[in-house]
Amino acid sequence: MHRVWAIIERDLRRFRRSPVLVIVSIIMPLVQLIVLGYAFGGKIKNLHLGVVDEDHGVPAIKIREMCQAVAVNAATFDTVAYADKTEVMRDLRDGKINGVLNIPPNFSRKVLAGINPQIALVEDNTDQFSASALEGAFNGLLVSYNTAPVPPRETNDVTLSVVEIYPYVPYIQFLLPGTITLSIFVSAMIGGGIIFIDDKARGLHEGYLVTPIRKFELILGFTLAGAAKAVIAGIVLITVGSLIAGIPDPLNPLRLARMLVMVVATSMALISMMFLIMVRVSDPLVPRAIFGMLNTVLYFPSGAVYPTESFPAWMKAIAVVDPFTYAVHGFKELVLKNTGLAAIQYDLLWLTVFTLLSLGLATALFKRTL
Amino acid sequence: MLDIEVEHLTKRFGDFTAVDSLNFFVEHGETFGLLGPNGAGKSTLIRMLTTLVPPTSGTARVYGYDIVRQANDVRQSIGVIPQAMTSDLDLSAEENMSIFAKLYGIPREKRLKTIRSLLAEVDLEKWADKPVKMFSGGMRRRLEIARGLVHEPKLFFLDEPTTGLDPVSRVAVWEMLSRLKNERDLTILVTTHYMDEADKLCDRIAIVDHGKLVALDSPLKLKASIPGKNVLEVSFSNAPGNWIETLQSLPDVVDVKAEENIYRISSHNGPRTTVALMEAARTAGATINSLSVQSTTLDDVFVHYTGHQLRDALQAATGANSPFLLKRGGL
Repeated sequence: MHRVWAIIERDLRRFRRSPVLVIVSIIMPLVQLIVLGYAFGGKIKNLHLGVVDEDHGVPAIKIREMCQAVAVNAATFDTVAYADKTEVMRDLRDGKINGVLNIPPNFSRKVLAGINPQIALVEDNTDQFSASALEGAFNGLLVSYNTAPVPPRETNDVTLSVVEIYPYVPYIQFLLPGTITLSIFVSAMIGGGIIFIDDKARGLHEGYLVTPIRKFELILGFTLAGAAKAVIAGIVLITVGSLIAGIPDPLNPLRLARMLVMVVATSMALISMMFLIMVRVSDPLVPRAIFGMLNTVLYFPSGAVYPTESFPAWMKAIAVVDPFTYAVHGFKELVLKNTGLAAIQYDLLWLTVFTLLSLGLATALFKRTL
Repeated sequence: MLDIEVEHLTKRFGDFTAVDSLNFFVEHGETFGLLGPNGAGKSTLIRMLTTLVPPTSGTARVYGYDIVRQANDVRQSIGVIPQAMTSDLDLSAEENMSIFAKLYGIPREKRLKTIRSLLAEVDLEKWADKPVKMFSGGMRRRLEIARGLVHEPKLFFLDEPTTGLDPVSRVAVWEMLSRLKNERDLTILVTTHYMDEADKLCDRIAIVDHGKLVALDSPLKLKASIPGKNVLEVSFSNAPGNWIETLQSLPDVVDVKAEENIYRISSHNGPRTTVALMEAARTAGATINSLSVQSTTLDDVFVHYTGHQLRDALQAATGANSPFLLKRGGL
């Protein structure tokens, strides 16, 4: 065991001289958290809606007034009045407006006669997000349009009442668990198995391979040293990230203690995985070259940015073995719901099993000779 | 006691035989030199003996331990200075030593004392706390020598310890090695391509070329083993056609080798051959452009046994065309 400590000591002493690693491994995830968090998280506002009223009846005027109300209050869209359809369609195609509301000529007559009155919403569906926002706004608008001023006391309609059991979670908070995992992963990339490859490239490894150190001691030493650095990055990101994302009560000691358990388990899993991937690599360019690919393959299928339920089968298969999935799930429970360890026991279990498998396989594949 | 026994040791990398069935032994207390150009197989041999490269066939015992089956016992009992500088630039001299002392399992109370005294022995005690990146090449080498001795081995392997050092540092490193060897009763196996170093410092020298052992003896006996006590290097212009036969017939001449118009004449008696040579040149109308008379050196020994100059081999064997280096780079 003293040899394991010697390897750890060497790595951490070097790290103390140039702690730039931690800065690098938190900057990228933090930038991603902020940019992605605000890029995707906000409500869509200020779309431009072209309105062509070919009816001019009282019901049509009521619809237009309600549109005005949306424009002034929720500001999902503002309205631009058009006289004819040709012009409005051209502007829609040219991207000057995001959608067109068409109130057809006999709308008022149909409303009064009660024969399926319809208005049309023409969407620019190349932008699904804006299109759904417009659709959502109009569905709400029509519900209140159709609601009778004095509702009947009893109704046969089944209604859905939604109960949110947690306070509203903005996207940036949803993203934070993935960002924490990402910072640990970046540490694993630049501070894990790659250290051994850099030693190989500089010939330093010959120095310690002639000592009586055993394969497993060497791998365990590198893994623990790498994990220690990744834990530091993870803790910094939890603190800074929670403050940026506005997690309530971010410094709750019990939660931080549980988070630490998760950070350690995640660090060990990702570092040992990196060591396994790099165990036979000598060229220091290889890890740098596959960094982006690994990041994409592991980070996005994990449910960190979008729920795994929406994935095709092959991507779900990746998610099942991907340690990121379990790390992200575990951090989500702790960060967003402040649950106890029981809720993350299977995450911890798989991360531990994954660590042991990676370390075992890496030891089997490690070449102690040049 | 035999510290190193090598039997039919062979290493092949694909079609290329880096070390070809070597046999030799090293006695305790010897300074044993492996002399040869780059690519001759010296480093591969030393890497096999220090357990870094597994042999293709043959066996070797270091300190009585088999280099394959008892590799960890070998590692515990030897000190190794690899050819590449292996000290950690980000750490101080003392930290470098301390990490290795821990890798060898030196107990804490002994560690600090050993490190301090070794750093003093290599004249680096003032630099103990300084990061190695401030060190010159010679200082780094000295630190690595101290580091290699941190577990007090009796057998010390050094792979080209002075390559890349300036002449002053080279001398310093060698003086240090001699002193350490005497103080600590070391057996040293060292590779070099500096003839003068090998001549001055080694008790016995093995000349290795193309993976084969071509000669093995003490420097004195090696020099005595080749014909001629002196070597005359002469260049002529207007030499007649049968000039080489004329030179061979001069008094005391043992052997004549010619390369274009430069002749290398081995002689038992340099001065007498020189006088006769000048007479013969005048008679034949040949002009002597240059003439030097030397005592036999290890260079002559090397040329005699390998058929080529060490400096030519050094130029030919660059890293790019050494299959061993290619293999390592491509891994």
